[in-house]
Amino acid sequence: MSKNELVILDCWASPFCMRVKIALAEKGLDYEERAEDLFGGKSDLLLTSNPIYKKVPVFLHDSKPLCESTVIVSYIDETWPAPALLPSTPYERSQARFWADYIDKKLFDSTSAIWKASGDDAVEGAKKEFVEVLKVLEGALGEKEYFAGDAFGYVDILAIPITSWFLASEKFGNFKVEAECPKLSTWIKRCMEKETVAKVVPDPEKIYEFVINLRKMFGIA
Amino acid sequence: MEEVKLLGWWMSPFSRRVELALKLKGVGYEYIEQDLANKSQLLLEYNPVHKKVPVLVHNGKTMAESLVILEYIDETWPNNPILPRNPYEKAMARFWAQFIEEKCNGGLWKIMWCKDEEERGRLVEEASHCFRTLEGELKGNKFFGGDEIGMVDIAANFIGYWLGVVQEVSGMELVTRDKFPVLCKWMDEFVEHSVVKETLPPRDKLHAEFEARLGAPSWKY
Repeated sequence: MSKNELVILDCWASPFCMRVKIALAEKGLDYEERAEDLFGGKSDLLLTSNPIYKKVPVFLHDSKPLCESTVIVSYIDETWPAPALLPSTPYERSQARFWADYIDKKLFDSTSAIWKASGDDAVEGAKKEFVEVLKVLEGALGEKEYFAGDAFGYVDILAIPITSWFLASEKFGNFKVEAECPKLSTWIKRCMEKETVAKVVPDPEKIYEFVINLRKMFGIA
Repeated sequence: MEEVKLLGWWMSPFSRRVELALKLKGVGYEYIEQDLANKSQLLLEYNPVHKKVPVLVHNGKTMAESLVILEYIDETWPNNPILPRNPYEKAMARFWAQFIEEKCNGGLWKIMWCKDEEERGRLVEEASHCFRTLEGELKGNKFFGGDEIGMVDIAANFIGYWLGVVQEVSGMELVTRDKFPVLCKWMDEFVEHSVVKETLPPRDKLHAEFEARLGAPSWKY
């Protein structure tokens, strides 16, 4: 019989860790959060649990480790089925997985490219690409409240943490997501009103400060 | 009457993955070969986001992204499962499929197009490390899926067959029998598998095509 000891190796600013924490909160599960010092020195547990990527999040279920946030969120949904995060039919699930894949490939990298860029041309180019990604997502959302319809679920959980990094991009790129994608902006506000999300996702101002430090560390002007 | 269609390209390992899964499950389908240099209206309509193959159409519903399609196929036709039933083992299979896609295939793709020798040397070393890790995952089994091929084997199809042709054409020696005996044994088993054999593109045609393309500055459809 499983003891159900749940541990997450975490970094407060990581949108990928936030995904896992939101999923656990949606399921009403208790877990231990262990903060990793990603720049000062990763713990032995992190290095042995995730030898391939050496990244957070790592989720441990009764000491059995899992890595990669999308894999972890799917695992949580399958192990504790209620309330369901993925839709119920195979077709709707394929759509959810398609958008999860798109978000994983495009969203964080395109928003980060803005604050990583140096020079006006590079920033403008990065901004253009990011807005294109947002418009595709806005199209996928359509008139629905959440990506799968009426209920907050899998795709929302994977996307919403990354939006906490948007303010940093807006400040370095000198633009506003709300002006470019009002419907997506409304979806962001709607998700942030949920208790499970609000408790996990930090104030974007704090992420902005974190990004300022990252830029200093990477030697970006 | 179920209607299953697959939009694919003879040379694409991604569309061959889907064919393999359908054949393993004994699912009949109509194959529609695509001309990727002149993308059809059908392809652009069915996959507007990425405009790529494969696209699976099941009773009029369209799906894209090969690994997403594999999950759909496994859920819809549960006979001869390609994913484990146990949630933890299933999560690990997904993790390895992703590792193969991002680190192994991603690394190989960069190597194939890298013109700078020093950079290529570095990429080859990185790729070797990935193959060593992948080899470890076989754990004495015939396939990554155990006695029978599973999602991870299907995801590794490029390594299983295409890579051999790429090495022949380019003269590169990435995965050789002396360096990776276990992985090479898996490759032998993979290409000899009765169903896999049916889905492999003809070797001489593939060889000629790679010869033509690898000389070019970049991949063109």
